[in-house]
Amino acid sequence: MKNWGGILCVLFGAFLMLILLADPSFASDPAAAAPTVEHAWWFWPLILFIATFVMGIFAVLGGVGGGVLFVPIVSGFFPFHLDFVRGAGLLVALCGALAAGPGLLKSSLASLRLAIPVALIASTCAIIGAMVGLALPTNIVQIFLGVVIILICILMLTAKKSTYPDVQQSDKLSSALRIYGVYYEDSLGKDIDWKIHRTPLGLLLFIGIGLMAGMFGLGAGWANVPVLNLVMGAPLKISVATSKFLLSITDTSAAWVYLNKGCVIPLMVVPSLVGIMLGSFIGVRLLKVAKPNIIRWMVIVILAFAGLRALLKGLGI
Amino acid sequence: MAQVEIDIEKASVEQTLYAKVLEKGMYIGLLTLFITFLIYVLGLMELKIPMSDLPKYWQMSASEYLHAAGIGDGWGWVTLLGYGDFLNFLGIALLAGVTIICYIAIIPALLKKNDYVYAGIALLEVIVLSLAASGILSVGGH
Repeated sequence: MKNWGGILCVLFGAFLMLILLADPSFASDPAAAAPTVEHAWWFWPLILFIATFVMGIFAVLGGVGGGVLFVPIVSGFFPFHLDFVRGAGLLVALCGALAAGPGLLKSSLASLRLAIPVALIASTCAIIGAMVGLALPTNIVQIFLGVVIILICILMLTAKKSTYPDVQQSDKLSSALRIYGVYYEDSLGKDIDWKIHRTPLGLLLFIGIGLMAGMFGLGAGWANVPVLNLVMGAPLKISVATSKFLLSITDTSAAWVYLNKGCVIPLMVVPSLVGIMLGSFIGVRLLKVAKPNIIRWMVIVILAFAGLRALLKGLGI
Repeated sequence: MAQVEIDIEKASVEQTLYAKVLEKGMYIGLLTLFITFLIYVLGLMELKIPMSDLPKYWQMSASEYLHAAGIGDGWGWVTLLGYGDFLNFLGIALLAGVTIICYIAIIPALLKKNDYVYAGIALLEVIVLSLAASGILSVGGH
């Protein structure tokens, strides 16, 4: 059992080596990018597959979505243009959400009733975000991406979670929409009834979440969960599951905009998808033996590094 | 205001229906994507863009790439489905389209329950996602 810790450390080290070996200057400007042509066509997709495999492991162990790791790391350390990275990132997050969705809905952990109104706002705003993101100069998007990633790191360090938030009374809107439910809590061996409050504020916050998801091609689980859990008062399990399911709708809308604008290269998308999926599969198996706090710190370090890199790239430094 | 009485079943009819449609669509989409990708990398079909040229294109912005490779935006890829590389878009489009089908599937179930508000929201979502898929919403490339 103890060997798993060592394996994870080796993986972390190998991952850092991999992204550092992928010379960052390749991606910074067209002139500097020229050396990448020297590699065979399969070189970067293969490196991408290996990197996304490791990302998949750390995403599960660190409790973050693959999309949030994918965009800053791949745009920062690989030679692909940000347009294609965002397109691939959205599809990676979308496929993960589509794969998880049916199970989460059937088990009642994800609530369709909660997701439907939230999704309408988030997906509409994700379209606007995608259109704005594709219209803005790449360096501006890169600067914003860097800032957002650094903010995500701060959020990961500071945000609290509430397993069963105390919702004394539903608000008028959630009552009118009948947003409440019940799920079976395995650890307690009983059904848990839940309801939400502060729905208008929560819906307002999803405007910003949708905009960011579309603009940067990030899965938005990092923002969905705190809003559903801490602002709207949904139990943590319901928040996490509904957030994951929600991504399948939010990312669909933005993915179509990126697809229609030609931001999809299958040789980037499929290796990333398979890499993340295989990595997640291994990650789930390692979950029982890994130390979550250490992994979480590793993820925050990688994200902060990638966020800083995105910021510096955007500023032309 | 009185506290809401919680009496609904664990997974509603529309939630179960949505899950079933999503599950089937997801499997079909993923399977299509993996099969078409195998056809692509094994070189079983002619390619529009040779793999050796891709490193040149993936460093360009999307608009530059479309222009340089002579590919139309929007649904232009449909006309190129005869090429191994563009055949992959079939699986991607299926995966991106399954949510729209899920929403369409649950609207009758919601109407049957007289849940007109949610049926309306679901219909709006179908319109929003279809608008995104249509390619009508266009932006200038940078």
